[in-house]
Amino acid sequence: MDDGVSGLQKLPVTSLAFEDGVATDAAFSRSVVDLDAVDSWAGRDGVTDAAPFGSTLVNATSDGGTEVDLALFGVEPGSFLDPLPAQGARLGSDPRGVLVSATALDAGFRLGDTITLDRIGTELTVVGVLDGQHTYGHVDVGYVPLSTWQEIRVGAGPGAQVPPRAHDEITAVAVRADAATDLAAGDEAAGTTSLTLEESFGASPGYTAETATLSMIQVFLYAISALVVGAFFTVLVIQRKPEIAVLRAMGASTRYVLRDSLLQSLVLLVVSTAVGVGVGVAAGAALSATPMPFALDAVAIGVAALLLVLLGMVGSAVAVLRVTKVDPLTALGGNR
Amino acid sequence: MSTGLVVDQVTLRHGDGEDETVALDRVSLHVPRGEIVAVVGPSGAGKSSLLAVAGGLTVPDEGRVVIDGVDLAGSERERARIRRERIGYVFQSNNLIPALTALDQIRLPLTFARIEDPRDPRELLAEVGMEHRADRRPHQLSGGERQRIGIARALVTRPGMLLVDEPTAALDRRREVLGLLARETHRYGMGTVVVTHDHDVLGHCDRVLEMVDGGLTEQQPALA
Ligand SMILES: Nc1ncnc2c1ncn2[C@@H]1O[C@H](COP(=O)(O)OP(=O)(O)O)[C@@H](O)[C@H]1O
Ligand SMILES: [Mg+2]
Repeated sequence: MDDGVSGLQKLPVTSLAFEDGVATDAAFSRSVVDLDAVDSWAGRDGVTDAAPFGSTLVNATSDGGTEVDLALFGVEPGSFLDPLPAQGARLGSDPRGVLVSATALDAGFRLGDTITLDRIGTELTVVGVLDGQHTYGHVDVGYVPLSTWQEIRVGAGPGAQVPPRAHDEITAVAVRADAATDLAAGDEAAGTTSLTLEESFGASPGYTAETATLSMIQVFLYAISALVVGAFFTVLVIQRKPEIAVLRAMGASTRYVLRDSLLQSLVLLVVSTAVGVGVGVAAGAALSATPMPFALDAVAIGVAALLLVLLGMVGSAVAVLRVTKVDPLTALGGNR
Repeated sequence: MSTGLVVDQVTLRHGDGEDETVALDRVSLHVPRGEIVAVVGPSGAGKSSLLAVAGGLTVPDEGRVVIDGVDLAGSERERARIRRERIGYVFQSNNLIPALTALDQIRLPLTFARIEDPRDPRELLAEVGMEHRADRRPHQLSGGERQRIGIARALVTRPGMLLVDEPTAALDRRREVLGLLARETHRYGMGTVVVTHDHDVLGHCDRVLEMVDGGLTEQQPALA
């Protein structure tokens, strides 16, 4: 899931101000905002930082001949968006320098490589590598200086004439502000439409559809495990029926039998869920080491585990109550 | 009101329609406290059915069962209370709990509710000659040993009524165990009914009743 938006999640911003009225699902590709909007936002109450932000998707070829897709983010060197690389140099010293996601190394990039953008022929040099995964729409992110990004956006290759407006246009104003900041008033003044960082994930290609599909899969998996676990514990209790019948014949109350059976089920459920979560997390950790997108969320694991335990208990309780309903003589069976 | 067990004109049917069998046909029986009674009779005569009705495991179709003045026709909850407080039941197949050790089997009835003045489980274990098997589970015991544990389990609450279904099928050390039952009956004023074919048992009993086709008749003392 994070594969689609991890590059956005790592931006140190609270909201992004896009072009007024732009469709949310196309904001990153279509939005064009005037550079003046940055100053307008910087002057608002509660806004600690405002900086220009550019985003565009490109196809490129490395020296080695590998073809890659890159999400190019244009940022002003020295602004609060200017990322600190884990290896290599920061943006700015080389106007054609690019900082790439650590995951791009897996695609075959090396520090110092030259990447040539398809069609326009602009050559970028990998001057630094970022810490961890920075991806956007399942494509590795590359950071370039804003002016370079502006030229690439209008398709101006080496030696080509750069249209005069190009250096005044950006995708959005990146804003870092207090939680109480009035974004609507800021939009009014700057002529923009703000999306909080979270909202902007929905603007990332395919994110909303993917999230819906995965939620669906999750719901089905929960429903299926619920049935399996519930049924398993029903069967388990029914297997104990002769034993429960003896307890009842000796005069144990329904409450006693219920507590006894639920306690047994609980121990079994907790142990097996713990083992299951352990195996799951270990397998997940192994998956995380591969390029396969995978992330574990402690809350989700906790909720799933709790749900399983709960459903197992319900299955047991239903079965116990059914067993205790019949008269003890019948429950004891023929050979009492 | 009489103490002990009163079975009054009880009829019990199993199944219905064409499958219906009359297991007990207007049976009456009085076992006062302090008396041990044997019930003999062929297989299928209704002996186990009589114990089930007397022990409150099922409610007869007709007639009344009264234990120490309490009618068993109340709610199942009420019957369960009487079963755990007043009745010791030794099942035909001893029906031990597979996961419990011998000693814990005997302790089990004491966990159902607070029991006034129970027997000491270890002492009982010794009385049935099983002190050296305290930690064994049922599958590690012989049939006779399991039966002795079943008898000790039924005695631990000092029940007013003891109902024993064919204890001697696999029972070893039967003289010892039957002596124990008779002694407990007389010493603590317990009313005891033992279903059996065994002449050793009859010798320990105060009365012998014969059951044939769901009907109960008193035997001549000479037979016993
Ligand atoms: N659960 C039952 N369902 C139908 N018939 C039963 C059931 N239990 C016992 N019977 C029938 O009732 C009669 C008396 O059975 P039972 O009391 O077990 O006899 P005994 O213990 O003397 O061998 C038999 O004919 C037996 O087949
Ligand atoms: Mg029988």
